[in-house]
Amino acid sequence: MTADHGPGASAATGPANGPANGTASRANDPGIGARSGVARPTGEPRLTGAPATAALALGDDALVLSHRLAEWAGHAPVLEEEVALANIALDLLGQARLLLSLAGDEDELAYLREERAFRNVQLVEQPNGDFAVTIARQLYFSVHQELLYTRLAAGGGPFAAVAAKAVKEVAYHRDHAEQWTLRLGDGTEESHRRMSAAVNGLWRFTGELFQPLEGLGLDPAAPAAMEAEWLERIASVLGRATLSVPDGPRHGAWAAGAGRQGLHTEPFGRMLAEMQHLHRSHPGASW
Amino acid sequence: MTAAPTPLEERLRELAGSVPDPELPVVTLAELGVVRGLRLLGPGRVEVELTPTYTGCPAVEAMASDIERVLRADGIPEVTVRTVLSPPWTTDAISAEGRRKLAESGIAPPRPTGGAATDGPVPVDLALRCPHCGSTTTSLLSRFSSTACKALRRCDSCREPFDHFKEL
Repeated sequence: MTADHGPGASAATGPANGPANGTASRANDPGIGARSGVARPTGEPRLTGAPATAALALGDDALVLSHRLAEWAGHAPVLEEEVALANIALDLLGQARLLLSLAGDEDELAYLREERAFRNVQLVEQPNGDFAVTIARQLYFSVHQELLYTRLAAGGGPFAAVAAKAVKEVAYHRDHAEQWTLRLGDGTEESHRRMSAAVNGLWRFTGELFQPLEGLGLDPAAPAAMEAEWLERIASVLGRATLSVPDGPRHGAWAAGAGRQGLHTEPFGRMLAEMQHLHRSHPGASW
Repeated sequence: MTAAPTPLEERLRELAGSVPDPELPVVTLAELGVVRGLRLLGPGRVEVELTPTYTGCPAVEAMASDIERVLRADGIPEVTVRTVLSPPWTTDAISAEGRRKLAESGIAPPRPTGGAATDGPVPVDLALRCPHCGSTTTSLLSRFSSTACKALRRCDSCREPFDHFKEL
């Protein structure tokens, strides 16, 4: 293993939970990162302990999904979708950079960790499949992300500033996924069949989204409440799209929470190899 | 939390704000509402606070280096541009003059968000005016356009497509 900056380092400085009681938001305001030329404010404290682990988890979700969506570049069914998916990927990449910078060096974390050190949920690493699979993945994830980030933004903890910014972008991602779900589900026989297969196929990865994540500073009852609200919203969209809510289990053979523990599905390794190849082959390369 | 800006700080802030947006050069950074503050830290040392429009906006880096360039040219050797997120930028921060310039260049300006934009559905269906012919009958082609901050629409009257700076 190369640099595992993550959860292994259990530096228990400060209470694991408990947001830094809503103090000056500027103190929680991360810079965009050293590479950009927009210097990270000196002396800005990095998160440690459970909040750092949580930053990695959310940052990896955003990074991995961003990369998956970017894989559509040059392959999307129509030009408008090419542009839409790339823009959503860009929003997620921006979120990933901020979140990973809270935990360490963004480039080292993105490009030099091994597969087992990534903490993203397995849903976001699932291959793009056909367009319906990508839309189903977007629907499941963006509804979850909007619910989570709304709470984080209101909580005043270490993620409040990033979440308050990101949640407005995520509202557009969710809207995009919903509109396509309706169009494909309530479309032709073929689009209905594919959309139905997609929502069913990814269903077993959705349970993991609601595993409690220590360090977010959320109320212990929040995950269960978010899950109930998520199920309600998904059922509503699927119903309007003339699709059935899948009835299978919401996790696979592995216990839910596998991705958060560094256990990933087979396609993830191949994705990571491609994502990290350039940086590893040409250390320190820049544009 | 900070004292009122000095005349020099005000002048330098105006200068920093006069930098054109790298992606929409018809508007300045001040009109876009992304320059949050400027402080003189010492002789020849200035810190500028800049807020991104979108989290992943790639123009932030160009904005920062443009600001550094104009301030250095004005005799400030040490310029730091700090990115701040709170409170998050909203399209309501675009000035009236900025909106006028956007419309003039063929980009429909954002409508008022009415505060908390995170509640309820994204308001995409209210009437918008075509920047070419002024018609309010337009249709959404795509929620995302040439940049993350714009949506692609088409006028149903003159049939011209146009960008809409969407509400955030």
